Amino acid sequence: MTDSDLAAPVIQVKDVFKSYGDNTVLNGISFQVRRGETKIIIGESGSGKSTLLKLIMGLERPDNGQIWIENQEITELSEQNLTKVRAKIGMVFQESALFDSLSVRDNVAFRLNELRIHDDEVEARVRENLGFVGLLDAIDKFPSELSGGMKRRVAIARALASKPEILFYDEPTAGLDPITSRTINQLIIALRDVNGVTGVFVTHRMRDAFTLASQYAEGVDGKVEFRREGQLLCIANTRFLMLRSGKVVFEGPDEVLRRSQDSYIKRFLE
Amino acid sequence: MPLSLKAGVKEVQDLSILTARAFVRAFQRPYYFRDILEQMDRIGVGSVVVVMLTGFFTGSVLTLQSAKSLAAFGAKGLTGRLVAISLVRELGPVLSALMVAGRVGSGIASELGSMVVTEQINAMRALGTDPVKKLVVPRIVATTAMLPLLTIVADTIGLLGGLFIAVYVLLINGNVYMSSAWDGLDYVDVFGGLLKPLVFGATVSVVGCHCGLRTQGGTQGVGQSTTQAVVAASILILFFNLILTRIFWAPS
Repeated sequence: MTDSDLAAPVIQVKDVFKSYGDNTVLNGISFQVRRGETKIIIGESGSGKSTLLKLIMGLERPDNGQIWIENQEITELSEQNLTKVRAKIGMVFQESALFDSLSVRDNVAFRLNELRIHDDEVEARVRENLGFVGLLDAIDKFPSELSGGMKRRVAIARALASKPEILFYDEPTAGLDPITSRTINQLIIALRDVNGVTGVFVTHRMRDAFTLASQYAEGVDGKVEFRREGQLLCIANTRFLMLRSGKVVFEGPDEVLRRSQDSYIKRFLE
Repeated sequence: MPLSLKAGVKEVQDLSILTARAFVRAFQRPYYFRDILEQMDRIGVGSVVVVMLTGFFTGSVLTLQSAKSLAAFGAKGLTGRLVAISLVRELGPVLSALMVAGRVGSGIASELGSMVVTEQINAMRALGTDPVKKLVVPRIVATTAMLPLLTIVADTIGLLGGLFIAVYVLLINGNVYMSSAWDGLDYVDVFGGLLKPLVFGATVSVVGCHCGLRTQGGTQGVGQSTTQAVVAASILILFFNLILTRIFWAPS
């Protein structure tokens, strides 16, 4: 991989508009996410964050504008071709969206089974990913038997099963206690720093957003360790994008965001 | 729900699009045979008892009523004939389909509706699987395949229920009843009586899937979809029954 590959945008959004009836949700959004970067999309409820994620995933189509995923323009693609694009992306939904008729094993194995991968390999991959999120014990349980935090971790394992290069998280810590939230955040940091996954992280919780922007993970002797950025070292692979009623009001690193003099941003950070 | 002509046309259009999409996807890989078998078990085997009871009571009542009317003309011996024709042509297919609409159509709509509001449908699409292929096609195939079989069960049990009433309540000779029933039936009756449930099965499942997939809002939306699925499917069954009866048994 050359330097220019590293700098090339994996996700590019250009002048995207979306409205439902008279309600304009996205009003001309443009931004890009480079390889290995994690983009944290913040904004109050109803600012269009989740809608934006659905558009990039191709689950809904914008009224206007273009979206590229690795040089592929997706807004005009048929559902079948979109499937191929989505194969590169894993998504963690707001309320986990686990299939409640399937066991944890079958949930994580869903995409692998669809790809008709051999049973032995599916089982190995399922165990590997459940091990990563620390839920190997729950493999035979059903979603209804799991707590909210466990469901979220299974959802991450399911998104990871096919080894995607891009991961989307739609408020993965919403409604969770601080300790469970920290576990989830650390998983996301490890994926970003150790596995080099490109990510889009949607949240309205600034605490989680700043955790992601100030901590980093290192693989040491096969174990992952978490450290906090210091005076000398600054995390460059995580940037913020702030939405307000369908428009981008801020884009950049956390250091700049914290120092912003904009009254709306200041109020939001309190 | 305001009933305007425009909304009605839109509904018919959406139903047609879903039917066409399901039909095309049914022949594309990958095939979900296991899902089809599972649905056949849930929809078909699961409805056997309901359909048997429906058949039994309908056949019995039909026998009581026909015998009374026919006795007035001194033609009590033709009871079997009248019961067989009514059952095989109309009541077997229609009542089985209505029972299945209540049991299966509502089940499909509420299951898919719940999957929509909990984002499981979006999750499935995000995981690269087409919900029409994985969820809709197996349900349509299973319902369409199973309803004719269920109708045969209903017809048979209905005739036996009629026989039971004829012999033990009306004191008609069992052989007379059965041979009269047998003579009454034509090939067109059997063929038409089995083609009807094929159409009804497709109707119940397509309407159920459509109502489920377009669910909006939360739990309340799921309830609405379920009700709509049963009402719309039932009305459509009665409508298609009229059309099919006109086609097969047109007075010459």
